[in-house]
Amino acid sequence: MATDTQSAAEASGPGMPQLDFSTWGNQIFWLVITLVVIYLILSRVALPRIASVLAERQGTITNDIAAAEDLKAKAQEAEAAYDKALIDARAEAGRIVAETKAGIQADLDKAIATADTKIAAKAAEGEKVIAEIRAGALDNVKVVAKDTAKEIVAAMGGKADAKSITAAVTARMKG
Amino acid sequence: MASEAQGAETGGLEFHPMDQFNIESLFGGPIAWYTPTNAALWMGLAILAVIGLMVLTTTKRSVVPSRGQSVAELAYGFVYKMVEDVSGKDGVVYFPYIMTLFMFIVCANFLGLIPMSFTTTSHFAVTVVLAMAVFLTVTVLGFVKNGTKFLGLFWVSSAPLALRPILAIIEVISYFVRPVSHSIRLAGNVMAGHAVIKVFAGFAAIAVVSPIAIAGIVAMYALEILVSFIQAYVFTILTCVYLKDALHPSH
Repeated sequence: MATDTQSAAEASGPGMPQLDFSTWGNQIFWLVITLVVIYLILSRVALPRIASVLAERQGTITNDIAAAEDLKAKAQEAEAAYDKALIDARAEAGRIVAETKAGIQADLDKAIATADTKIAAKAAEGEKVIAEIRAGALDNVKVVAKDTAKEIVAAMGGKADAKSITAAVTARMKG
Repeated sequence: MASEAQGAETGGLEFHPMDQFNIESLFGGPIAWYTPTNAALWMGLAILAVIGLMVLTTTKRSVVPSRGQSVAELAYGFVYKMVEDVSGKDGVVYFPYIMTLFMFIVCANFLGLIPMSFTTTSHFAVTVVLAMAVFLTVTVLGFVKNGTKFLGLFWVSSAPLALRPILAIIEVISYFVRPVSHSIRLAGNVMAGHAVIKVFAGFAAIAVVSPIAIAGIVAMYALEILVSFIQAYVFTILTCVYLKDALHPSH
């Protein structure tokens, strides 16, 4: 067997099985079958499937990017709305503060005015009372002075009528 | 094999680097055109490899691909982009044919790297059929699509008038050399690499040089992995270039 193959190889030249044309028909036959089968597998099953997967992925990516852009726009809108709301709220707060301040000020002014009038009334009343008391005190002084003067005059042994004593006391008190 | 047994018996160095390319009938007997041979077996395994790589990995059709599906998509995208870039938009119609060539060559090349396997693409019978299929298809396509304008491919209108006939002869010769170079490039590269590995393996029988021989085998094997892919790529891209010439023959 060994010598057979060797001699066969020697007979067919430098011993390249590639150049043994008796096997070409066999190889070509099987090669054509193989290529047809691979072609059918690829063109009927594998390639359409992979193409659809790639197309689907491309679609998904495109959709996702569009959705992401939408969401980004929405987020920016929300941010703008938030900023606006913040500014509005600040303005509102300022307004409320000013209003409250003004209200308090008005109340305060009113209260102060009321207190002032009350104080004034009380002061006037007090002054009146003081005046009355002062007047009362003057009268009392007059009475006391007259009585005293009468007693002194009596003690001195003199006799004086009430009229002259009153006139004298009044003149002295003015003096 | 018989010849290897003889080598072992005599004890000397016996190199049979080409024995791995022998076509043998699987069940014995003479080889007729329909006989199942080792070539037929490994072509069938190439079909299974294509099914495994392109069909079984993509059954889920996931939008986020698994590893296997990524490989299938990568192969698809690689060849599709090549056809589109080299042959142009109107070449995309022929993408399934080119994909068939690429997948067969790449699977056969890599299956051939399995130890004790048979490399179908190392045979001129295979590569000549592939190259002639491309050559004839492209030539017929050129005439069908462009009519006699296809002959403009040989008439370099940008060259000086006096030079054109000479250039036309050169162009015609180069055109008809295409299938020869196309087929021999592939089979030659694959065959040479495998034969060199076998020669290194023969030297490994001598204890002194066997580490070097084994290192050589490893290095050649790495190179062969590269060659397996590159030759499939080169065959495919040249097919695309020839297709471009057929679709757009003007220089």
